[in-house]
Amino acid sequence: MTTPNFTIEELPSAEVRRKGAWYHVRTFCRRYPLGAVGAAITILFVFAAVFAEFVTGMDPYSTNAASSLAAPGAEHLLGADVMGRDMFSRIVYGARISLIVGVGSTFVGCLFGVIIGLASGYLLGWFDLLTQRVIDIMQALPLLVLALVMAAALGPSLENTIIAISIPLIPNVARIIRSNTMSLREMPFVESARASGMSEWRIAIRHVLPNTLAPLIVLSTAQLGAAILTEASLSFLGLGIPEPHASWGRMLSESAAEYVRTAPWLVIFPGLAISLVVFGTNLLGDAVRDMLDPRQRKT
Amino acid sequence: MTSYIIRRLLLMVVTLVGMSIIIFILLRLVPGNIADILFDSAGFIDPQEKAYLEKELGLDLPLWEQYWVWISGLVQGDLGYSYVSELPTVDELAPRIPITAKLAGLALFFSVLFGLPLGVISAVKQNRWPDYVVRLVSLSGLSLPSFWLGLLILMAFVAWAGYIPIYTNPPETWYEELWLLTIPAAAVGFRASAIIMRLTRSSMLEVMRQDYVRTARSKGASENVINYKHALRNAILPVTTIIGIEAAFLIGGLIVTETVFNIPGVARFLVEAIQWRDYPIVQNLVMLIALVVVVMNLLVDLLYAVLDPRIRYS
Repeated sequence: MTTPNFTIEELPSAEVRRKGAWYHVRTFCRRYPLGAVGAAITILFVFAAVFAEFVTGMDPYSTNAASSLAAPGAEHLLGADVMGRDMFSRIVYGARISLIVGVGSTFVGCLFGVIIGLASGYLLGWFDLLTQRVIDIMQALPLLVLALVMAAALGPSLENTIIAISIPLIPNVARIIRSNTMSLREMPFVESARASGMSEWRIAIRHVLPNTLAPLIVLSTAQLGAAILTEASLSFLGLGIPEPHASWGRMLSESAAEYVRTAPWLVIFPGLAISLVVFGTNLLGDAVRDMLDPRQRKT
Repeated sequence: MTSYIIRRLLLMVVTLVGMSIIIFILLRLVPGNIADILFDSAGFIDPQEKAYLEKELGLDLPLWEQYWVWISGLVQGDLGYSYVSELPTVDELAPRIPITAKLAGLALFFSVLFGLPLGVISAVKQNRWPDYVVRLVSLSGLSLPSFWLGLLILMAFVAWAGYIPIYTNPPETWYEELWLLTIPAAAVGFRASAIIMRLTRSSMLEVMRQDYVRTARSKGASENVINYKHALRNAILPVTTIIGIEAAFLIGGLIVTETVFNIPGVARFLVEAIQWRDYPIVQNLVMLIALVVVVMNLLVDLLYAVLDPRIRYS
């Protein structure tokens, strides 16, 4: 018997099992090309939002009467608005507002949705009955209408806009997490955890919650686009982000009807930014759903 | 079935009563009432005059009494008076409702007209270029804000036709009205059709995998007969449920689109009333919207049972 001339660490299988992050990125791009495009668009906007100061040298708030309604050109890449503020830098800074509100309200909505859905599906009984009725009530109003009333009730500010959008998102999340929890709590692994003497509270957190993660990720990527669109609509109607913040929706409401004739760039670019970022998150959301939800994968 | 309908109707009442309480409280959270706004814009505040105005509008009553005045009136068909125009709420809403209803009907028509056939084509040609095109179109439909789409349409009209097709004067003839409503309806309907496209596609694909479709194929039925006679008939069922969701979705689109196209409907009126803290208008309009959504959902559920004999509610 010959002794092998390599050590166990050198075996090729050890190499294959530890695939780098880059390998996973490549596999994702190959399997979900549209999702990869969506991810690229989303990353681009996140980059612009985080590094806005470096992406554009111009101040989005400084006004300049001389360049009022300047057409796109060398000085102002995407033109300037009526107050002479540079459109490109306003759109770059707008990405920050849009993403903060989108991600913030999706996070808050999902957080409360998960807590309510988990408690409702796990405890059942009167708590479940009560929350289901409240959810029924909230779902009787369209997202935008409820957000409108909320925004008006809370007053215009960045934080209030996030709250106003997150509350209408709660029922959707709570409903899906609830039904998922209800089927999970009948599973053998929950029963065995119970048999081993685990407390109900611990079972819910340690065993049931991690298993609702996949539908939650799918749901939150889908909600992100809706949240961004709602912010744009609220600001467009004048009930969202207040001045002087650079919000894409508000930029459209200022420029809307008057400049359709005279300065079309004021109408085109903010809307393009909204559409692109929502398009990106939608593409990404579809790919994430295909990846995490095996029932959908077949189609 | 009868007991199911009765139970659903009772739940509907519970939902609407809950909605009325929530909306009432929410509106009172708003800092400042109409009296504040009016006096602020006038620039001076005479406390006596303000107190008189609040008394006249019933804003000095305790909250539960204000709620009771509203709800007892609502049940008897008395919706109160608008704070801003001082006209009865009914008179304010009545002329605006048909405009929004026509717009919503047209938008729904467009969304089905585009959504259904394109969804079917997408499924039948799965993973071939027509499928990719339809999927891209539907996804961009979901991504474009409808007010921006409306603005783009207006811009196109300015560029090529030289005028803006918005509601400046009330239209005189029905075809003029239809023309004015068609453009915003298309803007709203495009977005709504994206949802129908996606649902029709996934529903068709689901049905096309079923055994009876394979049986039809193995007995030699042509692809057209299989797709349109066997598959589509069953695939269309879940699509009907979407109409309930569409109702809620369309209202959101109508709010911004009516604003862009300057259409004097209820959806835009809601935004104006919210800005003016015109409680009687906002409260009653929100209740109307909730009623429409709840009734649509009930009707769709019942329609589903009629269309699909396998479904029996008990």
